[in-house]
Amino acid sequence: MTQEQTFWQFVASQQDKLFAQVGQHLGLTFLSLLLAIAVGIPLGILIARRRGLATPVLGVAGVLQTVPSIALLGFMIPAFGIGATPAIIALLIYALLPIIRNTYTGITGVSTTVTEAATALGMSKSQRLFKVELPLAMPVIIAGIRTAAVINVGVATLASFVAAGGLGEFIFGGISLNNTNMILAGAIPAALLAVLLDMAIGYVQKSGLRSFRKLLYAIIVIAVALAAYFLWPSGTENKLKIGFTPEFMGRQDGDLGLRQVYGMRLNPVVVSDAIMYKAAQEGKLDVISGYSTDGRIKAFNLVVLQDDKNIFPPYYAAPIIKTETLTRFPGLEQALNLLAGRINDSIMTSLNYKTELLHQTPERVAKDFLVGAGLYKESKNGNKGTVRIGSKIFGEQYILAEMYRMLIEGNTDYKVETKTGLGGTKICFDALMNNGIDLYPEYTGTGLLVLLTPSQKVVNEVSKDSKKTYDYVNARFGKQYGLQWLKPIGFNNAYALMMRREQAEKLHVVTISDLKKYLGNE
Amino acid sequence: MITLSGVSKNYGTQKAVNNISLQANDKEILVLLGTSGCGKTTTLKMINRLIEPDAGTILIDGKDIKNSKPEALRKTIGFVMQHGGLFPHYTVAQNIAVLPGLLKWDAQKTQSRTAELLEKLNLPQSILIRYPHELSGGQQQRVGIARALVANTPVLLMDEPFGALDTITKAAIHNEFKSLDELTNKTTVLVTHDVQEAFELGHRICLMDKGQIVQTGTPAEMLYHPVNDFVKDFFASSRLVLEYRSANLQNILPFLKEVLPPEVAKSANVWQTLQILSSEKQYSVHYDAVIQAFGHYRKLQTA
Repeated sequence: MTQEQTFWQFVASQQDKLFAQVGQHLGLTFLSLLLAIAVGIPLGILIARRRGLATPVLGVAGVLQTVPSIALLGFMIPAFGIGATPAIIALLIYALLPIIRNTYTGITGVSTTVTEAATALGMSKSQRLFKVELPLAMPVIIAGIRTAAVINVGVATLASFVAAGGLGEFIFGGISLNNTNMILAGAIPAALLAVLLDMAIGYVQKSGLRSFRKLLYAIIVIAVALAAYFLWPSGTENKLKIGFTPEFMGRQDGDLGLRQVYGMRLNPVVVSDAIMYKAAQEGKLDVISGYSTDGRIKAFNLVVLQDDKNIFPPYYAAPIIKTETLTRFPGLEQALNLLAGRINDSIMTSLNYKTELLHQTPERVAKDFLVGAGLYKESKNGNKGTVRIGSKIFGEQYILAEMYRMLIEGNTDYKVETKTGLGGTKICFDALMNNGIDLYPEYTGTGLLVLLTPSQKVVNEVSKDSKKTYDYVNARFGKQYGLQWLKPIGFNNAYALMMRREQAEKLHVVTISDLKKYLGNE
Repeated sequence: MITLSGVSKNYGTQKAVNNISLQANDKEILVLLGTSGCGKTTTLKMINRLIEPDAGTILIDGKDIKNSKPEALRKTIGFVMQHGGLFPHYTVAQNIAVLPGLLKWDAQKTQSRTAELLEKLNLPQSILIRYPHELSGGQQQRVGIARALVANTPVLLMDEPFGALDTITKAAIHNEFKSLDELTNKTTVLVTHDVQEAFELGHRICLMDKGQIVQTGTPAEMLYHPVNDFVKDFFASSRLVLEYRSANLQNILPFLKEVLPPEVAKSANVWQTLQILSSEKQYSVHYDAVIQAFGHYRKLQTA
């Protein structure tokens, strides 16, 4: 468990996973590409025949193309659940525009002399299409497919958000876990796949039509085989559908702990925490990893399984900041510490509930709370300097960032800039270290397990209670990074396994050991 | 035989073809002649229904073309286009074999028919595996003609078929084309703006202007009996050459005082005969004799 693992050691130790992910990635890319070809080429032909339809069809495909990929994946969940299906459909949508447009351009670009000759020779419309127009448009159409393929290799990294696997598992897991080797093990193969696919299709484009047909059959066979092999069989092994975040998968107080302490080998799907709760509520997943203060636990009627072997110790949340920043902004520490000890577990849960379920803005929730607690002061509109606050990409962090903004602006003469929604622990932490931001709320457990990664013995020792962890982390951060943990905000946040209450009661699962027993009964 | 009666075609308010009637006979080359925009190409394309007329009827061998499916109709009509209109992704062999393919000929028949046409059009067999872009303009045009002739259709339509060629190539193809025995069993309509070409190839000429027919007749009739000044002026700039071209050697034989050398074919026109004779000093007597005979002939025409 040393940090000094090289990239090649990482790849060697994870090669099974890597091959599986490359396979899934190719399967997703090829299958969505095939479907996009099957939909896009006929559509392109249609709008080349009826030019009036060209503008609306290309317009719609263009708009779909501009929908951010994560948002598109989010829309897919209610309709298609999680797993390969929503990912393939989202990828199909992205691949559609270049294929439709190039088919249209290719066919309309065929010289009218040639099409007139075909007509004059007595060809019917379909004979003209298949013998003349499509063959002549083929280089342009293949160029479109080439573009679509490269786009899809890239977007397919996001498929891991909806538990469809692919190289995104390594990339986003690595970002969450502060593991550069893991990020590279996902990113390098993804880039290579894009380059190789581009070259392969480019070769077909040049070599002309005769080999194209053969290659088309080959691609169909490969795509179907990959899809059958990688995308579908793995989901049905457990009695319950289990989904964990990439971060949870790699943490000691996560899947690793479940394996070592509980002896559970769960074979979960990897899924983004942004959609995990929703998927659990809708029954697309049965067991998920989550945070104990999340508002959605209450709202979606989920139940936290008791951690009877204590692998999820509670951790404090507190802002972390460079010591030199505190000296640069006198009075900042006092303003930030106004929040210390003010928010306990149940308050945090209800604040989260307000943003996540009642859809109030984090700003309003933060202000309401500060006003209620007598901490709110109007902004002084000061301009003695700007403090930049970061937050990770989930609700609780947005609220905390807003509270700190109001406290700083109300109690000091500093301006505040918030940089919310940073993609994960690594991104926040790197931003802090590189002076991209000045502070962000962090959790002592993450500091311990993800950023410091001490030996197992130390972990066991210091994570016995939250105070001990806080002291250890604060001391180490000071020495190692020149960072300070300010006073804890008060609430504890810990990882937890959760299920729908109804299902847990039906299966008589109260503790994690109960869950293991139930799953082991197969 | 092709018969057009009262045929019109409008594009918006513009009358591209305005109530024209004409007849093209079997074994004849009818030339539609006129400046660009006179409606000649529109007229031609209405015959194979690339353009549908707004009014009037078109009959081929007595049958109204509206009663047959366009695709079926077009398979009975050869069509040659200005720039060949060859399929760039097909070899020469495949290009020629398009219509036989649609008609489901067996490969053997297509092959022997193709070989026969290549021979007649002075194309080497090696050209079969080449692609159109590898050919010269003249070769492309010959292949275009071969494609239109391959199925021995009763009708041949040609839209400015030699318009893009240089003069020398054009003259060579004109000669080959005229001597094709394929033309003897079909009705040919040829569109051109080239007056010399019209006289070289046309059995009859139909001069069009502003969507209407001004005069139809043999080349000699057009020259010596123009219906109005438009017709007269149309041919004025190259009148002398046209007169020589319009007269066949047969026409002036009665007035000829010398026996012509064997190099001169009996079927040639006066223009061609003079060109052969003028190139050799020893034939200067014959040359003078032909000029003289033509003078007699001409007097009779204008009388």
